[in-house]
Amino acid sequence: MDKVINRKKQPAVLSIKSIDLTNPTIINLDNGIPVYFLKDGTQDLLKIEVAFGAGLANQPKRLVSSFTNKMLSEGTNSYSAFEIAEKLDSSGAYLVTTIDKDYASITLYCLIKHLDNLLPIFEEIIKAPVFPQNELHILLNKAKQDFIINQQKVKYRASVNFPRLLFGEQHPYGQMAILTDFDEITQLDLENYYQSRYHAKYSKIFVSGKIPSDLDKKLNKYLGSSFSKEKQSDFQPDFNLQKTKYKNLHITVNEALQSAIWIGRKLFNKLHPDFIGMQLLNTILGGYFGSRLMTSIREDKGYTYGIISSVVSLKMDGYFYISTEVGTEYSDLTITEVHREIDKLRTDLIPTQEIELVKNFFLGQLIRDLDGPFAVHDKLKAVVLYDLDLKYYQHLIDRIMIITPEELIMLANKYLSKDSLVELVVGK
Amino acid sequence: MIKLDKFSLENGLRVIVHQDKSTPVVAFNVLYDVGSKDENPDKTGFAHLFEHLMFGGSINIPKYDQPLQKVGGENNAFTSSDITNYYLTLPKQNLETIFWLESDRMLSLAFNKKSLQVQKNVVTEEFKQVFLNQPYGDAWLLLRPLAYKVHPYQWSTIGKEISHITDATMEDVKNFYNNYYNPENAIVVIGGDVELDQIKELSHKWFGSILNVNSQCRNLAKEPVQNSFREETVRRDVPVDAIYKAFHMCSRLDENYHATDLLSDILSNGDSSRLYQQLVKKQTLFTDINAFITGEIEEGLFVITGKILKGVDIKIAEEALNNELSKIINEQLKQSELQKVKNKVEATLVFSEVSILNKVINLAYMELLGDANLINQEIKNYGKVTTKQVQNVASTIFDKNNCSTLYYLSN
Repeated sequence: MDKVINRKKQPAVLSIKSIDLTNPTIINLDNGIPVYFLKDGTQDLLKIEVAFGAGLANQPKRLVSSFTNKMLSEGTNSYSAFEIAEKLDSSGAYLVTTIDKDYASITLYCLIKHLDNLLPIFEEIIKAPVFPQNELHILLNKAKQDFIINQQKVKYRASVNFPRLLFGEQHPYGQMAILTDFDEITQLDLENYYQSRYHAKYSKIFVSGKIPSDLDKKLNKYLGSSFSKEKQSDFQPDFNLQKTKYKNLHITVNEALQSAIWIGRKLFNKLHPDFIGMQLLNTILGGYFGSRLMTSIREDKGYTYGIISSVVSLKMDGYFYISTEVGTEYSDLTITEVHREIDKLRTDLIPTQEIELVKNFFLGQLIRDLDGPFAVHDKLKAVVLYDLDLKYYQHLIDRIMIITPEELIMLANKYLSKDSLVELVVGK
Repeated sequence: MIKLDKFSLENGLRVIVHQDKSTPVVAFNVLYDVGSKDENPDKTGFAHLFEHLMFGGSINIPKYDQPLQKVGGENNAFTSSDITNYYLTLPKQNLETIFWLESDRMLSLAFNKKSLQVQKNVVTEEFKQVFLNQPYGDAWLLLRPLAYKVHPYQWSTIGKEISHITDATMEDVKNFYNNYYNPENAIVVIGGDVELDQIKELSHKWFGSILNVNSQCRNLAKEPVQNSFREETVRRDVPVDAIYKAFHMCSRLDENYHATDLLSDILSNGDSSRLYQQLVKKQTLFTDINAFITGEIEEGLFVITGKILKGVDIKIAEEALNNELSKIINEQLKQSELQKVKNKVEATLVFSEVSILNKVINLAYMELLGDANLINQEIKNYGKVTTKQVQNVASTIFDKNNCSTLYYLSN
């Protein structure tokens, strides 16, 4: 063990070119709901997620999607909110409702030994919620109070204003709640929305963990029959609404110690041929700790605790953004510096060493993100939204490997010219 | 059940190996037994500032992050009152790069002046972002010094004030490093599809020759028993009133620790818990209420925080809260209610074993407490708690003289 080691030199680096993913088993319940089973894992756990196409973009009125989703477990035909909470807690289960722009989900996490106790109540929550007035009132009060508190956070205000700036406030992806919305939500809104969007035909089920062999039969028993109240919706979101021109927005907060700064533009989703290239370009710019923005704005200048950029894929659209919070005295300097970094992407080829590093980081991150059944579960859901399957991730790797600096400079010029970017500052 | 192997190097470095063949990812954790409790009262926030400096280059490797990113890895770190913990994950093929990186920064830092200057700024912005530019963000900066008068838990990890951070000198940095960043003060845990022999060989190769510089003997001031109610009232530009109550509780290794944790669960873990049902749903006095323990190694705090519904008098809300605390002391706790929170804890512990990264972080902490194998006793330790024990703990803790209350009022 006494041999001299060279501490200056990095040990051999092996690059990663493929990914080992087991495709899910897919079945259809009697009512047509597809179920994706990802059987894996070392613990006796299960995650069952029922996802509906009932996200924020699908609502006829602001806040309706999120409150319908949150209220599912607040009372059903046979159980009160308290009884539901008591039953779930007694079995050590977690029931989580989540909502994003496209999906509304309800997810059960449990130990397998408690599953049989939980499925009947899970069925009720999904198929027979009653949206009690009293619980709605309590939740609305709480949400309204949280909303007022959040308005004091520059980051929060930037994050909700930015999509509005990109898409326009009438667009399904651009809606932003305002305080008075909380006074206009009724029990009837939720019932109507539930009946029009929580249908078997808008639903997909994702199951991961140590799946017992008879789970398909059990799911069919509890979730396989028709959802009785399904009605046709008379509301269809219009994703083609066009916003004519971006306008920069500055929201002044006099007492702010930091400004939230967002810069970005509307882009496209995963299905676009330039998407993967833009993902790589984004990683170089602000997608990891060693990114150009983090190196410049945090590690070189110390203006911020962090700065990131991201490309977001939605079912019908997508966008790109840079976000940070900086000391108010650094706001202008930061904006100038961000534009300088973007300009560099448009004029200078990315050096080979940097692009190799970023490709390796990108693939390593993908492997880390696909570790374990619950992680694969989320990655699967993210592609099933576009009717893709897990093969997408091998395609992603293959595509990343062959991207050249010339392609990236072309993409930077095509999509990141200064006049195509919109700027939002909340603070000073 | 988490299987593990342990060995030590001659320099005192403890190494734990957890083999998990199901994952393509290796997780690596280095825990240094130093936290903000070890700081000088006039130079607080230093352990955390130092954590930032650990990424500013080591003696042989000018940049820590780049070589790690080159092998597809990612890292982060956190500092608490008790520990400074560094962790990273990467695809298993490039395991040796971690040994190279982590051993070099245990060997010596580059002590780069620019890095110190920049990280003081970064931490100053972190201080603003997390504590000052947030509604209620400074509550903990007020609550800790109210509850502790002597013990170093009286300041937060971020520090008492920004000037402590901006005043840090390179000499402080070097002393701190020499005092605490020694092999005998560290615990390394590696988890993933790895072999014990391979880890032994790599550990000896990369960490074996690192020497200890200084040894530290910890001698912390003991917090005297609190014997009168403490309160503080502040007014801030926030939309609603909030209340923060802190009670002194036992240390992490005390026989009552698990009962204390379960007591906090009975009060506020899950929608069926007492405080949520009574105070948010039935009496509608609060919009949010939480009870939790800080769970630090030395005597920590049992904390209850709540946001009061707009229009409700904070004193009325507080009285209703106090009434719930009396109930748990005075009315017989049902076995079924205790079993409910035990089931929840069991599920939480099993879920915490899903991620390889979580596992290595937890193992390092358990080793610091005495033995990494303790991790496999936790479900049993919670299982043994009786209703009587929970009620005894409640009557000891929820004594008005043991309480510090912060009234955080809206302007």
